Amino acid sequence: MVGRLVELVLVAVVLADLFVLASPPLAACIRAVALQGMALGLIPLLLHRDGWSAHTFLIAFGMIALKGFLIPGMLFKALREAPLHREEEPLVGFSLSLILGGGLIALAVALAGKLPLPVGVKGSLLVPAALATVMMGCLVIVTRVKAMSQVLGFLMLENGILAFGLTLSRELPVLVETGVLMDVFVGVFIMAVVIRHIQLEFGSMNTRKLTALKE
Amino acid sequence: MRTSWVNLLAAAVAAPMLPGLIAKTKAAVAGRQGPPVLQLYYDLIKLLRKGAVYSRTTTVFFSAGPVVSMAAILAAALFVPLAGTASVLSFDGDIILFAYLFGLARFFTVTAALDTGSSFEGMGAAREATFALFAELALFVNLVGLAKATGTFSLSGLSGRAAESLGLASPGALVLTCLSFFVVALAENCRVPVDDPNTHLELTMVHEVMVLDHSGPDLAFILYGAALKLTLTLSILAHLLFPMDLGSPVKESAFFLSVLAALSIAVGLVESSMARLRLLRVPRLLMAACVLAVFAVALQW
Repeated sequence: MVGRLVELVLVAVVLADLFVLASPPLAACIRAVALQGMALGLIPLLLHRDGWSAHTFLIAFGMIALKGFLIPGMLFKALREAPLHREEEPLVGFSLSLILGGGLIALAVALAGKLPLPVGVKGSLLVPAALATVMMGCLVIVTRVKAMSQVLGFLMLENGILAFGLTLSRELPVLVETGVLMDVFVGVFIMAVVIRHIQLEFGSMNTRKLTALKE
Repeated sequence: MRTSWVNLLAAAVAAPMLPGLIAKTKAAVAGRQGPPVLQLYYDLIKLLRKGAVYSRTTTVFFSAGPVVSMAAILAAALFVPLAGTASVLSFDGDIILFAYLFGLARFFTVTAALDTGSSFEGMGAAREATFALFAELALFVNLVGLAKATGTFSLSGLSGRAAESLGLASPGALVLTCLSFFVVALAENCRVPVDDPNTHLELTMVHEVMVLDHSGPDLAFILYGAALKLTLTLSILAHLLFPMDLGSPVKESAFFLSVLAALSIAVGLVESSMARLRLLRVPRLLMAACVLAVFAVALQW
């Protein structure tokens, strides 16, 4: 039963990836990534239901608060100051990136079957979902031109890495995890500030304008 | 599983009620009273009593369109399991015949539309054919996933066992398949977000514009065929969602009918809550359905 719930949550995580790949409005994408973070926050609670410790609660609570509310809040604030709220002219079109997403899912499942993994994790959706999320995050970072989309891609990438870490979360010490969470938080914080500055300087979030050096 | 002609006849008679239920739901959400649920029956009777008008530019393809498409949908009905009973006809691989009977119905509707020589109908025909291309792909990927899960290639075995075998092995795959199939069903039946059955603006119509020139009994055949197609796709979806083996035929029929009604209300709610997508967005929606189906297949590996 627990395994099935975890599977449903992981399916939602991958659906959020696909949603970001296929939809241009940035606000909807931020919401999708926020939901993805919250869904990931639920997984430690579901996985270790036999022995909930303060540790599990800390991770879950930290992840939901940070990824579900704090980071999206900052991104929304940055978005409010931008004139355009849609991703426009990505290097790879939305439909094509959706198809690529489907291919990446298949690739992730195939790869996860080949990886030497601990016995408990083998056969669960956790590793394929994590790999797919990492790869789709990279795809978003590479193909989108808006700085905001690239931040979202970075967040997806990080969510994927975190999902991968969750497979080992019982062994991973709290300190490392909080370290990772803080890193991401600081990273997104800096990027939100940078987006603001790009915005003020160039009047747009388009990263293509950042290719030439000025004196 | 039992086979029964009775269920098939009952479904054929009850089919026009589902569009009525959808219309009623939409009216209720919009705060109107709406037409009665049985409205389509009155329309059909009225149309059958009228004569048909044929333009002098049309040929035999035009008059064959409605007849062949309704006949193809009736033939497809033979392969669909209804209320927990096995379909009247079934053999290994009938999923392909089923899909292409729908394809045949669509082909003849499109041909009839092109036969009128009207530019608007040609536009509608082109759109319908384009959307069908994507919807069919998604449908087949779904069928591949279901065949993999259940190990059968007949529609009745496939949808009869899906809820049990796939639900146990991988609930995520079942959810994805049902979502994807729901989108395909909306596209196949020309409902919002793919097509708006209520629009009467030539530039935005897809299915409606193709049947503009049909009148009298021909239009009745088209309307009835559409209602039956809706019933068939929703009943397959109902079988995917819930195992229908409840023991007694009465219980099964009651449960099945309530699931069908719930699905029609769901379609009505979807139509009330969103507008039709822009034409260029529709292929993306159908590609998304296809990717969901691919995901469901990948989950079973």
